[in-house]
Amino acid sequence: MTINFDDIYLKEASTVAGKEEARGNYKNLYDKTYLDYYMGEKTFEQAEMLMIKDSVKILKRKSGISLNKVDLIIGSDLLNQNTVSSYSAVGFKRPYIGVYNACASFCEEFIIAGNLLINKDIKNVLCTISSHNLTAERQYRNPVEYGAPKPNRSTFTVTGAAAFLLTNQKSKIKVDSVSIGTPLDLNITDVYDMGAVMAGAAAKTIYEHLNDTNTNPDDYDLILTGDLGVYGKKILKEYMKDEYDIELSDNYEDAGSIIYNRQKQKKVMAGGSGPACLPLVFLTDVMDKMLNKQLKRVLIIATGALMSPTMNNQKLSIPSIAHAVELRRV
Amino acid sequence: MVINLNKDNYKKIVSKITPKENKVKNALISFFIGGLIGMLGQIIVTILENNYSINHNDATTIMIIILIFISCFLTGLGFFDNFVSKAKAGLIIPITGFAHAMASAMLEYKNEGLVTGIGMNAFKLAGSVILYGTISAYFFGVIKYFVFGG
Repeated sequence: MTINFDDIYLKEASTVAGKEEARGNYKNLYDKTYLDYYMGEKTFEQAEMLMIKDSVKILKRKSGISLNKVDLIIGSDLLNQNTVSSYSAVGFKRPYIGVYNACASFCEEFIIAGNLLINKDIKNVLCTISSHNLTAERQYRNPVEYGAPKPNRSTFTVTGAAAFLLTNQKSKIKVDSVSIGTPLDLNITDVYDMGAVMAGAAAKTIYEHLNDTNTNPDDYDLILTGDLGVYGKKILKEYMKDEYDIELSDNYEDAGSIIYNRQKQKKVMAGGSGPACLPLVFLTDVMDKMLNKQLKRVLIIATGALMSPTMNNQKLSIPSIAHAVELRRV
Repeated sequence: MVINLNKDNYKKIVSKITPKENKVKNALISFFIGGLIGMLGQIIVTILENNYSINHNDATTIMIIILIFISCFLTGLGFFDNFVSKAKAGLIIPITGFAHAMASAMLEYKNEGLVTGIGMNAFKLAGSVILYGTISAYFFGVIKYFVFGG
């Protein structure tokens, strides 16, 4: 389902990143990086909260907007009960909505914020999104210090946070349309193979978006999926051709595959994942290129594995979802 | 616009593209690292027996305590998880793995209190080993009693 917007804009964004990302391909583009996983806090969860607060602080400085001028805050992260977003939101003292679609949350925030901004009472929405490698490991897998061996197909949860401001006042990057994805279950049960879980959902959403907007992949300067990893990216390309007869060529990239320097950073295996993966690529490199007019029309597809360790132990396969946002430099 | 997803086709593409793990290599790494741990244990036992004239049973117990101490200590210092991810199953299967499983779980939950954190989660990973270890020990004991007469 695609919704077109007339005057919704992405005004400003800030990104903060962890130590592994600070060695990655976009190391110079983050507003702030941290030296370790604790970031001077007592626990990893509190460190993730610090990243959210820092990203909001930096956004305030960059955009010159004070928090009491922000009409609404939307927050999302990967943890149970949306913990770190909600606990951080208390400090912002503004109306707040917490949302969750796993790693697809970034685009989900565009969808919800965009539709609320159509209502003229709301003039700007601040969205926060975060993930932390070790809070995710702890919740979804084994204790952090256990270090169980991982297969090559597994991806590495990105540590970072981003804050961005959406508004209905004209600025340089316009949110043209959004496509709301349908959850899918493709019978994949492998918790280490998130790329395979999500690639099918990404293919469906891309197909639907192209169909609804009467476009084909060549109409975009860049099509960027969220966190499929190098193998998920290959699966998507092949499946897209096989099932939908759509060829994704050189203008297609996957944020998870390019966020790290995989040659040097062997531990990331197939690439980055997590809600912060796509924003840490899109709101830095891609947004800069859009502002420079190197890229004009960009389609981003955030992909989420709606996985629960409980259901996985109950032998159910992992559902997935993908949402798309189309942006244009005006 | 509704397309019936062909899940079998999707699975075919997935298994074609997903890289296979090198099981032989992983098994060999585990075998050698596990073997090294066994050798280390034997060296400790031999030294204790020969140099300190401790009898075999006590020497074995002391050896286990030493290995448990080393792995817990390294887990606490934050090194052991790196070794584990490189050594595949080689460090997890011996007694070092059991100690490490408990120490890492306790470290993980130390911020959630002595009872609700450490107490309730210490056996998160190691619990299965204790439970099924005890059950299988019982059955093997019964088999041993009837086959070999106790």
